[in-house]
Amino acid sequence: MSNNASPQKSTDLHIGAAVPGCQKKDPILVADHIKKTFGGLTAVDVEHLEVPKNAITALIGPNGAGKTTLFNLLTGFDTPDTGTWSLMGNSLSGVPSFKVAKLGQVRTFQLTKALGLLTVLENMKLGAKDQKGENLLTALVPAIWRKQDKEIEVKALELLSRFKLDAKKDDFAASLSGGQRKLLEMARALMTDPVLVMLDEPMAGVNPALTQSLLDHVLDLKKQGMTVLFVEHDMHMVRHIADWVVVMAEGKIVAEGPPDTVMKEQAVIDAYLGSHQDTDLGEVTGRIKIIKDGGQA
Amino acid sequence: MDWGSILNNTLQGLLTPTTLAFSLAALGLAMHFGFAGLLNFGIAGFMAIGGYGYAIAVLTFGLPWWAGMLFGIVGSIIFALILGIPTLRLRGDYLAIVTIASAEIIRLLFLTTAFTDVTGSADGLFGFNTRTDGSGFQNANPLPAGSYGAGPFTYNEQTLWVLIFGIIMLVVGVVLLWALMRSPWGRVIKGIREDEDAIRALGKNVFAYKMQALVIGGVYGAMGGIVYATFANVSPGVFVTSLTFFIWTSLLLGGAATILGPVIGSILFWTLQAFLTNVLSEVAISGILPVSTTQASTLRFVLVGVGLMLLVIYRPQGIFGDKRELTFVK
Repeated sequence: MSNNASPQKSTDLHIGAAVPGCQKKDPILVADHIKKTFGGLTAVDVEHLEVPKNAITALIGPNGAGKTTLFNLLTGFDTPDTGTWSLMGNSLSGVPSFKVAKLGQVRTFQLTKALGLLTVLENMKLGAKDQKGENLLTALVPAIWRKQDKEIEVKALELLSRFKLDAKKDDFAASLSGGQRKLLEMARALMTDPVLVMLDEPMAGVNPALTQSLLDHVLDLKKQGMTVLFVEHDMHMVRHIADWVVVMAEGKIVAEGPPDTVMKEQAVIDAYLGSHQDTDLGEVTGRIKIIKDGGQA
Repeated sequence: MDWGSILNNTLQGLLTPTTLAFSLAALGLAMHFGFAGLLNFGIAGFMAIGGYGYAIAVLTFGLPWWAGMLFGIVGSIIFALILGIPTLRLRGDYLAIVTIASAEIIRLLFLTTAFTDVTGSADGLFGFNTRTDGSGFQNANPLPAGSYGAGPFTYNEQTLWVLIFGIIMLVVGVVLLWALMRSPWGRVIKGIREDEDAIRALGKNVFAYKMQALVIGGVYGAMGGIVYATFANVSPGVFVTSLTFFIWTSLLLGGAATILGPVIGSILFWTLQAFLTNVLSEVAISGILPVSTTQASTLRFVLVGVGLMLLVIYRPQGIFGDKRELTFVK
């Protein structure tokens, strides 16, 4: 299952120069003038952002850059002060979060949300969309939903075995380890047949061995035709799998581009190291080494 | 001490109209708290609306008994909607505060003298089960007059009719709740209890589901109040906050996230109450405890309180709950 060979990167995604807010050849998500303030603090102020289709886009930036807030805004979990955004041409402005998910834009959470007192299989089955038995009245007539429920179960089991969780299917999700919960949350999100998967720090708190398998799963999503947008602090992972990198700092997008070039940009270095001018770039490379050794930064 | 009469009275507690009424209300609370995670501390308010709705519809509007009961149920649905629209978007603990307050508002509305003509104020309402025009609940009693059963389970035709009606309602209620909770609908409801944001992120309309759960549980509460009203007067003294806590105790005793738990919990609770009432008064009379009989009968409520605390601390999942399913431990 190991997929250590360098993954196939999607290139040539943008039109014109790779500058913040640049146009993409085939954007899936387009956002304009998204602004969110908490009191006097401007958490997010994004002029223009396009997320390329069928590619893996990383959203990076220092703590407090507004990455998670932007995630919440784009998925309808929070409402911006101003701004419009659309998924494949469908406007998502002001659309409640559950409808955003129905349209195929599904998210995971930074703090994993496994449904503890439901079994792993129940967690998975909850993800499936358009279930006939989820209506109050039809729920009372098993004949209406039983067949569909069986199909959902087959699909869930297939996904669980792909994520190596099939042996745990009858256990409460609360009994899973932190890393297994991350896997479960990702697998559950896939049950919704998404077009755009938004992962909020999928690697946070996951050990290196599991990180590798999570990376493979993220790459698999692209292979299956999905688009991935993820927030991550781990530069190693970003460089390894991302086709495109968007860098945020203080609520704004400060740089965009393919991972190899964007990491060298002055704005990115400033954003990450701005408050520690005395420590040099060596700190960053040192961190990568620590992860390779098996520790956690 | 007369153990024979204590045993007899305790056994009577196993099957009384009260037990049935409170089992139904506990089922409603299981829907609210056990399955949907809605902290409802106002179940007495739902019961009051059911009971009073039935009584008022019969006495004031002259409806037949079955239409009166439907009136009570519709009332509880409206109450649930009014309660839910502003509060269900808030965090769970706010619902607890709002429900406990609204149940008191309901009770005080029935108590105030402003509506004495309709509500009977502090006297409550009575005489709605037997009507001179033959439209009352007891008028519909198919049982001939007489004495039924044996031993502690001896009932006259009126009580037996109430019991039969109550058992039918309880069985229908249990079956419906079981059918709902094993369905995909029930799965969403349980998911919301665990983490509503996660369910939202999976494309489910969490607000609508919570509202449905609130309404359904409220209807069960109202049915509890209605079954209670088929054999007793409804008065503001019945639907007090402590009633809410008795039902909570019954629910937690049986197991909050179970179907049969609330029913068995209610039966155990009321049987235990009957036992304590009898034992404590006997103990007081025979001078073993230096208290008066009045004090002895209040003592059982102290013991109920202690019991509730021990239950929540040492067996939060109740008798029937899954050991792994420690509702309070997260």
